[in-house]
Amino acid sequence: MLNQIIKLIEPKKFEICFKEEKIDDDEYVIIRPTYMSICAADQRYYQGLRNREILEKKLPLSLIHESVGKVLYDPKGEFKQNQNVVMIPNTPSFNDEDIKENYRLDSLFRSSNIDGFMQNIIFIRRDRIIPIENIKENVSVLLELMSVAVNAVENLKKVNITSCNRIGIWGPGSVGYAVYIILKQYFPNSKIAVIGTTREVLNYYPLADEKYLITELKNDFMIDHAFECVGGEKSEKAIDQIIKHIKPQGTISLLGVSEDPIRINTRKILEKGLTVLGNSRSSYADFKKAIEILKNDDIQENMEKMISEIVEINDVNDIYTAFDKDINNQFKTVMKWNL
Amino acid sequence: MIYAGILAGGIGKRMGKTELPKQFLTITEKPIIINTLEQFVINSNVDKVIVAVPENWLNYTIDLIKEYKYSDKIEITCGGKDRNDTIMQICKYIEEKFGLKDDDIIITHDAVRPFLTQRIINDNIEACKQYGATDTVIQATDTIVESVDKELISNIPNREYMYQGQTPQSFKIKELMNIYNELTEDEKNILTDACKIYAIKNKNVKLVKGEIYNIKITTQYDLKLAKMMVKIKGEEDA
Repeated sequence: MLNQIIKLIEPKKFEICFKEEKIDDDEYVIIRPTYMSICAADQRYYQGLRNREILEKKLPLSLIHESVGKVLYDPKGEFKQNQNVVMIPNTPSFNDEDIKENYRLDSLFRSSNIDGFMQNIIFIRRDRIIPIENIKENVSVLLELMSVAVNAVENLKKVNITSCNRIGIWGPGSVGYAVYIILKQYFPNSKIAVIGTTREVLNYYPLADEKYLITELKNDFMIDHAFECVGGEKSEKAIDQIIKHIKPQGTISLLGVSEDPIRINTRKILEKGLTVLGNSRSSYADFKKAIEILKNDDIQENMEKMISEIVEINDVNDIYTAFDKDINNQFKTVMKWNL
Repeated sequence: MIYAGILAGGIGKRMGKTELPKQFLTITEKPIIINTLEQFVINSNVDKVIVAVPENWLNYTIDLIKEYKYSDKIEITCGGKDRNDTIMQICKYIEEKFGLKDDDIIITHDAVRPFLTQRIINDNIEACKQYGATDTVIQATDTIVESVDKELISNIPNREYMYQGQTPQSFKIKELMNIYNELTEDEKNILTDACKIYAIKNKNVKLVKGEIYNIKITTQYDLKLAKMMVKIKGEEDA
């Protein structure tokens, strides 16, 4: 059949492209996407903020790697028709027990080195979808975001940490919020301090044990471990502040993406014996854990606060509207996909 | 039950020199008709897909569809002498093979419009349940000029109210059959479009938004355009 794929041809220009697909390949399940959410990575392509070589290499590209949908057709009949599923954007090529699937160099990732989910119909490998039940559809689209937080918090758990009384989160955006939610599950006895630049954003964390503006941190404010969820150039200052306020032998988990390299005070990292963990994307197992966590009604209610706006997509012009609105939205812009 | 009726009865007179009827030509690898059928096969709201083909292409079509695993959702029958007759052939086939209930719906669609979408199919079903009949259209972009004597303009209708008809057109099967059977032979010869029968009988036909790319591949130019749409735009995978 002929599938319609919405591709970013050049910054701020989407076009409908057509591709003939096989519907009877047993390896693939056909999904009709229902909700998608826009990630900062998609915005960087849309606004042309990636460098020119990257844009020339990657475009045309279908954006979006956060999406849920309904099973339309499964040639093997394993999945039920109309079953709600979350789609995993990471596609590993083969098994490698030594390296987690989201860090393997040969893995393909939607809206990065293969087309994303902005398509009429998604043809996806059957090991890349997971059924979801008892989660509101519009909230379930945040599962990818939560799985990224699960990946990061699991990584911290794997480090042999001795003390975990206070954990700091720098950057209280949607990634920081997901990390906060997941930390509360994994480390219920730890105090979580959220550090941001505006009071308005911090107000979204009513249950946080401590909330501070970056200008309010006193010299004796110390944390055992930190999560950097700032990204961009500003992550340089955030990491600097983390290094200042983290106790020796603490762990800094990095989640923020910066387009250009940033400077890090390695001297202090050495002096304090810090562990720096890189975190990116997530695996099938991380999605499974995120689904279990999001089944909790209170957590769904909290995560729903991260949806700044839902934009109905009835034609390609609505996609421009969604991306343009997203630039000014505090948290996530979700697209209800009716195309 | 919801049936898709795929109209593949034409033999492609407008296509020029082609050995195969237009619905069996390929855009890339698969025949056009297969690409069209598959949109209905994967739609979970559609229970059965009935394809009407020219009688002398019946066995060819049966063999063609057998190559695909989903062939059990598809039934094949012979087309009629014109478009409406073909729709009636499909309706009669359904009546004989499955029986008819009042709410049964048929989504009729041109085999040579492979670019339709799931959204269009679903919108047809929903609107047909509510209104009894639908027509898929797009807003007219060109001004429509009417000339009765084919020499001079007799009318230029307001473009705001003009639409270009596409397919699917969907109907409650029983009502469609009743209305059609009431027509005289002369009326049947003139009324080539099923929705037009409804309009003349003052029956509501709900408009469903089509897509500009839901083109009908009728001429060599259309085929070339379809190939360009898929090959040039669709091949640039990331």
